[in-house]
Amino acid sequence: MITIEDLTVTFGAVQALRGVTLVAETGKITAVLGANGAGKTTLLRTISGLKAPKSGVIRMGERNLVHMRTEDIARLGIGHVPEGRGVIGEFTVEENLRLGAMMAKVNLQQGLDEQYEQFPVLGERRKQHAAKLSGGERQMLAMARALIAKPSVLLLDEPSLGLAPLVTAQLMHTIQSLCETSDLTVILVEQNASSALRIAHHAVVLHVGKIVANDTASVVAADENLRQYYLGLVE
Amino acid sequence: MDPFLTSRIVTDILGGLTNGVIYGMVALSLVLIWRSTGVLNFAQGAMPMFATYVGFALLSYHFSYWWCVVACVIAGVLIGGLTERLLVRPLYGKPEINPIVVMVGYLIVLEAVAAAIWSSFPRSLPSPFSSIHWQLAGKPFALSPFIVYEIASGLLVMIAVAVLFRFTKLGLQLRASAVAPEVSRLLGVRVGRLLTLGWMLSTVVGVITTILVSSNFFSGLTPQINDGIFAFGFIAAAIGGLESPVGAIVAGVVLGIVNQFVTDYVNQNAVIIIALALLVVSLMIRPSGVFTKPSERRV
Repeated sequence: MITIEDLTVTFGAVQALRGVTLVAETGKITAVLGANGAGKTTLLRTISGLKAPKSGVIRMGERNLVHMRTEDIARLGIGHVPEGRGVIGEFTVEENLRLGAMMAKVNLQQGLDEQYEQFPVLGERRKQHAAKLSGGERQMLAMARALIAKPSVLLLDEPSLGLAPLVTAQLMHTIQSLCETSDLTVILVEQNASSALRIAHHAVVLHVGKIVANDTASVVAADENLRQYYLGLVE
Repeated sequence: MDPFLTSRIVTDILGGLTNGVIYGMVALSLVLIWRSTGVLNFAQGAMPMFATYVGFALLSYHFSYWWCVVACVIAGVLIGGLTERLLVRPLYGKPEINPIVVMVGYLIVLEAVAAAIWSSFPRSLPSPFSSIHWQLAGKPFALSPFIVYEIASGLLVMIAVAVLFRFTKLGLQLRASAVAPEVSRLLGVRVGRLLTLGWMLSTVVGVITTILVSSNFFSGLTPQINDGIFAFGFIAAAIGGLESPVGAIVAGVVLGIVNQFVTDYVNQNAVIIIALALLVVSLMIRPSGVFTKPSERRV
């Protein structure tokens, strides 16, 4: 479980997050929604230690993650798939996965086999350079690379960005299955609100760094004002 | 005996190979640092020179050649690590000109301090291998035990670096830290430590090069020992491509052989002119280096 209390993050004079408080429960998907510049990516980067907050607390269980180094946070079991996927193009698919498995106490071959079973296309292309994969395949690789380390928390930043609707639907289905079959806690940042709300248990809507809604996904999805003014979901 | 083996061409190729391995190693050490930290290390000759002087100090206490080599390598590890931590790390993220200026200044300081402590007179590390050339059918052959030792050591270092980067977990992390530091950190890789390790590794490659050059009966260790070698190593790295370790090595070896032919058939003074001409032509045709794909170039 990830608990965030009164988190404030600034870039110079600009407040990117203003007193954000939320709880991402174990085994559940928490969607973080909002327009460009709402602070969604900053929220994930702050959880991962890539950005230091001005104030506030981020807890994983009893442990405060604030001011911990990114690599130490990752070693605690927080997997982060960054915006743009972050696969290493000049590495092969298998090298990307080996890198993901390195810090985890998992059997490498077993981990590879599991990921190739989950994402068969990666198995077919294991010796291929990641730069040659399609957008959807890269997203799968980024997810597999995070999952091979058996994280307890998965941070996903705009996984559907640049993907065709069908691929997005498959991806969301995969995220949902992962949550159902394990105790994985997922924080899913998305601009594609309708896709995210379909699989999320909980949803938070950010607007210029402040939370304007924090409720179950079904309640947020049913709120006409939120849909119209913050999520751009017009019937 | 086949007269071909003692012919001028074979002699030049083997002589050039000896120098080429040295240039290749300098180029490799430059590439290692460029790839891992994006810094063009102009002190890449001076740092190993200083470490080698420190190791040579053991000679005064009658230690053997091999113990001196070990001491030089340890000094290289320390100097490489301390340089990255204290001098280079504060420069990450700063304009590209900053590390260039700092490393040129560092080069000057290291050479001046070495001259002040150990003087500029050449110091020789007596090699356990003879520099006297073998004879084939009464004619001098291009190789001597020392040259074989020099070439074999160079090749061994290159193979070791290649194996490290290609087949080990550490190598994978070093490569990842270089090309995608933020993603590596997100995967739990301790990037800071690996950057320090990259500098240590590069300095050790430089130290081995310096030991080989200064163990030669005909030269010896001076504060400026690596200045000329660095120039050719830099040219090789630029021709091969600063992103390509293989390119650096191949370009270094080819440059060594070309230099030997120019020395033998033209004039020794023409060597640097021809090398610079090759650099200019290569940069005009392949600005990112012969062995680097344009897309691999860092921006």
